[in-house]
Amino acid sequence: MAEIVLDGVSKRFPDGTTAVHDINLTIADREFVILVGPSGCGKSTTLNMIAGLEEITSGELRIDGERVNERAPRDRDIAMVFQSYALYPHMTVRENMAFPLTLAKMPKPEIAAKVHHTADLLDLTPLLDRKPANLSGGQRQRVAMGRAIVRDPKAFLMDEPLSNLDAKLRVQMRTSISRLQKRLGTTTVYVTHDQTEAMTLGDRIVIMQSGVVQQVGTPQDLYDHPANQFVAGFIGSPSMNFLPAEVHPDGLHTIIGTIPCGSRPRLLPREVIVGIRPELFQDTRIRHGASFTGTVDIVESMGAEKLAYFTFESGATFTGEVVARLDPKSPVREGELATIWYDPAALHIFDPTSGANLT
Amino acid sequence: MIGEGGRGERRLALWLCAPATIVMIAVTGWPILYSFLLSLRRADLRFPEDQEWIGLANYATVLGNAYWWTAFGVTLLITVVSVVIELVLGMLVAVAMYRTVVGRGLVRTVVLIPYGIVTVAAAYGWKYAWTPGTGWLANLLPEGTAPLTQQGPSIAIIILAEVWKTTPFMALLLMTGLALVPEELLRAASMDGANRWQRFTKIVLPLMKPAILVALLFRTLDAFRIFDNIYVLTNGAQNTSSVSIIAYHNLIGGLNLGIGSTMSVLILISVAIIAFVFIRVFGAAAPGSEPR
Repeated sequence: MAEIVLDGVSKRFPDGTTAVHDINLTIADREFVILVGPSGCGKSTTLNMIAGLEEITSGELRIDGERVNERAPRDRDIAMVFQSYALYPHMTVRENMAFPLTLAKMPKPEIAAKVHHTADLLDLTPLLDRKPANLSGGQRQRVAMGRAIVRDPKAFLMDEPLSNLDAKLRVQMRTSISRLQKRLGTTTVYVTHDQTEAMTLGDRIVIMQSGVVQQVGTPQDLYDHPANQFVAGFIGSPSMNFLPAEVHPDGLHTIIGTIPCGSRPRLLPREVIVGIRPELFQDTRIRHGASFTGTVDIVESMGAEKLAYFTFESGATFTGEVVARLDPKSPVREGELATIWYDPAALHIFDPTSGANLT
Repeated sequence: MIGEGGRGERRLALWLCAPATIVMIAVTGWPILYSFLLSLRRADLRFPEDQEWIGLANYATVLGNAYWWTAFGVTLLITVVSVVIELVLGMLVAVAMYRTVVGRGLVRTVVLIPYGIVTVAAAYGWKYAWTPGTGWLANLLPEGTAPLTQQGPSIAIIILAEVWKTTPFMALLLMTGLALVPEELLRAASMDGANRWQRFTKIVLPLMKPAILVALLFRTLDAFRIFDNIYVLTNGAQNTSSVSIIAYHNLIGGLNLGIGSTMSVLILISVAIIAFVFIRVFGAAAPGSEPR
């Protein structure tokens, strides 16, 4: 159990590129924190710095209040689960799980007991004498988890542990990781590029882009109050609709029409980006709501919902797409006109240059 | 059941293999068979009229001869000592080459130079170096020592020349093995608490085992047939002959085709035994076979 503190941590590579810039983050004891962002955003580098696999260029990393920058990975008492699982192919499942304990010179009976207990926890008992080559993807993933859990480390680091699994298994393992972490109460840092995983697993989410932390918060917090356009677009599925808008006294002029916004125009720059979540739209009238009418391009019926795509053209060069998430009973049809309603008070307004949320 | 088409395809396959098979029979199969036949005959070119089939008598002569067994012992000694040293040095060089970040190409080229020099040329280099009076290495020794005139020092020099020459080859083979160990496994081992040495012994070595065995197999077979270094350095004087050297001396020098061929066959059998041991006992993958 441990508290992990990143205090102004940065990573610059010898060629001068900055992979991670000045991260300040306190991960509380027992907390499940997700590092999420597109590939190349520095999330894995951050994880590797916590692990000790990557040197920290500047800043301080503290585990339980102690500076650990200079400590080798093996002296940090942290376990890691890799995307490729990194199981030792020449060892059986039992030997793989016992490996960290053997290195720690634990007495043999104790090792056997711990491996047995962990295997029980993860349903690995019947597989203990198999080699990794004879396991399915899901089984390998569980062995990798087992090898981390068996040591009872201060913290778990997980680097995209589910991305090599098929979609169905991924959802299953997601819930079992969540359950396991709550049961063990071990501080966990989890890296993923998948916003659904981030939203469902994390106590808190750290969103990164180009080596810079964009926002830290609970999943609901990030969804409701994105700090900038990047966070707003990254969290939520389908992504938030972004529409360039000109600010006029009567409202915001966009390709879906003029959006009324009370007295706010006075406080805004001349041009802004309007963000509307697809789930904000509905096809029935809202009192005091705004609406637009357009031709439906494509309808995707998902069973529990219907996604309607609209394309708007403005002049010869500019086109904009809007997606609405509607009730499955909605009568919208491809190629037909539909009128869509929304509450203008619930939209987000972003600065077109800095991306900052002006709402 | 093989259908009409299948049979035709099979015949075509045989036809396609035939040229290679015929060439192999002509250039390796026949000479082997011919030396085996010669080994069963009294065939001394000094007495051309006195040739006849004598069964295994040549084998009895060779195997009952002290010179043969001395040569056999010397060969084994050179083989074991040089291969062990090459393995250790080769591994060090391989790791160094693999881990070098700066000037990788230069390091690899420099390391490979000894392997690029013709063995005979290199052997003459060593010979001059150890010749008293003119050799730079011999001059480092006390006045009056001539290492190539004594058995022990001669064998040591032969081993040195062998090791110098073939360590790069070993390193190259081992480096391909190193490249087969995924980086992520080493990172995982670091996280699991392994230090550098434990990562090497518990992860790298076991995963490299197939590459190590192939390298050992190649080098052992090669070393057992050692010829050129000894030929140049001592020509077998002071009991420094290898089995190949005395086979050559009997066959070419002594013109005794029967005895010489017998020795060649015995060398072939020894080599076959070494290969068998490596493949069956240690589980080395025979070159070209499916990994097990």
